[in-house]
Amino acid sequence: MSALHPPIRPEYERPLEPFEEQPVERALSLRQRLWQRGGLRKMLILIVLALLWEGIARWQNNELLLPTFSATAAALAEDLRSGELLVKMAISLSVLLKGYLLGIAAAFLITTLAVSTQTGRDFLSTLTAMFNPLPAIALLPLSLLWFGLGQVSLVFVLVHSVLWPLALNTYAGFLGVPDTLRMAGRNYGLKGFRYVFQILIPAALPSILSGLKIGWAFAWRTLIAAELVFGASSGKGGLGWYIFQNRNELFTDKVFAGLAMVIIVGLLVENLIFHSIERITVRRWGVQR
Amino acid sequence: MSASAALRIQSPAAWPVREKERTAAEAASLAALLSIRGLTLEYRTPERVVRATHRVSIDVFRGDRFVLLGPSGCGKSTLLKAVAGFIEPTEGAIHLEGRPARGPGPDRVVVFQEFDQLPPWKTVTENVVFPLLASRTLKRREAEERAAHYIDKVGLSQFAKVYPHELSGGMKQRVAIARALAMQPRILLMDEPFAALDALTRRKMQEELLALWEDVGFTLLFVTHSIEEALLVGNRIALLSPHPGRIRAEINSHAWDLGSLGCAGFQTASARIHALLFEQEHTGTVQ
Repeated sequence: MSALHPPIRPEYERPLEPFEEQPVERALSLRQRLWQRGGLRKMLILIVLALLWEGIARWQNNELLLPTFSATAAALAEDLRSGELLVKMAISLSVLLKGYLLGIAAAFLITTLAVSTQTGRDFLSTLTAMFNPLPAIALLPLSLLWFGLGQVSLVFVLVHSVLWPLALNTYAGFLGVPDTLRMAGRNYGLKGFRYVFQILIPAALPSILSGLKIGWAFAWRTLIAAELVFGASSGKGGLGWYIFQNRNELFTDKVFAGLAMVIIVGLLVENLIFHSIERITVRRWGVQR
Repeated sequence: MSASAALRIQSPAAWPVREKERTAAEAASLAALLSIRGLTLEYRTPERVVRATHRVSIDVFRGDRFVLLGPSGCGKSTLLKAVAGFIEPTEGAIHLEGRPARGPGPDRVVVFQEFDQLPPWKTVTENVVFPLLASRTLKRREAEERAAHYIDKVGLSQFAKVYPHELSGGMKQRVAIARALAMQPRILLMDEPFAALDALTRRKMQEELLALWEDVGFTLLFVTHSIEEALLVGNRIALLSPHPGRIRAEINSHAWDLGSLGCAGFQTASARIHALLFEQEHTGTVQ
């Protein structure tokens, strides 16, 4: 038996006036709003890092090993102004784009096979298990042997760096589409390609986008590394070649400028292109934070 | 064969005496809109084949709010999915307006329990327009007009341009209902549409669904595990027993609405259904 006896209290009802004491919503202060901007916070980190670099380089005082931040910035500015870096970048990016697009096409082909047939599924899982741990750059010697010193070799390696992570992510994305959504789509008579393009792809877009991002990062790294290995074909080299050449001539500030350019291009693509795509799609739809 | 024979029994030709007085329209309204005959459904798990329903036969007439009621495991959702065309019957047949219903189609639109039935990449309006375009029912302009009409009917006009993730659970279900109604399906299928909502919202949605039925006029096949919801929403209730699902009884519930919640008759009906559904567990005997 319970020994607890809460007291019996009188009941009451009260009329509620409209709430006017203060507004229900309040704006955040300017500082809070500024601090919420991720770009601003990251910029702050970059400034701190640059200052640190400058400090260490001045203290080291060895231009050949570690040029200062300001010297690197000057070299970067100069080669940007002369157009040399831009030309190198354009060469690198044009090769990259070919490999990237081919890789995407191949990834969608394989994923489509994997979604529709058991054999395709086995094919995808076996090949990704094999090639995902293999750095694409390790295929470069073979690629050079097969395709010779030229763009084709680079593109072959790039396709490998994009294909497997993208296929894996896209496939996982398709598997993750909720059953209810699939049934809803079929309910309206969607079949085949219309079903894939109007239900599966948009529903799997967060995974596909992350696959595209990973693929892009892999491809960019692989390309620079490949250019460092065999450099130019018919006198036209990309960013990797620029770094390699300047190291040979001991222009360390230019080596740093080249590295900075590699980073800047990576950041620009990540922050401008992918971020914008995410903002107008998956973030807007509330399927990704 | 057996299905068509059963259909003939339902058709007015079986009563030749009164046939002459009937107009064609009346005759049509007498034939069942949806007729399920001897439907056995099975689904496969990695280890075994499970019989979900066993030789279920029901008739749903135009304007019915037909409820499938039963405890979990009675195959009521499987039955609804079979009517929707997502599951192939092992045995038996499903006829809609006398024609066999095969495969999913826009003439039988489903409102699911889960909120992710709404594509998150489409706004409320786009969500309602989408099936109209996907099924090539209407051109874009007409589809948008019709969508606006039904969004207004469920009271979401203010939220027409909003994405689903910004809506509450009840509002998402309203969008799903508007989307289904906009298709003007032969029959509207609802699979525990309010089960994931909180109790207050659920009550409000039941009320709104009945108001919509009065206003728009549609045929409804509604799955629930709540006796109270069955009595409120339905005009006729089929009780299913579990493992495998078989029809235990069909009960009329057209007399009850939200006003009769506390009344004695409602309580009696509720107790009767409870007894029918659970007598085996209580007495331990087999029928």
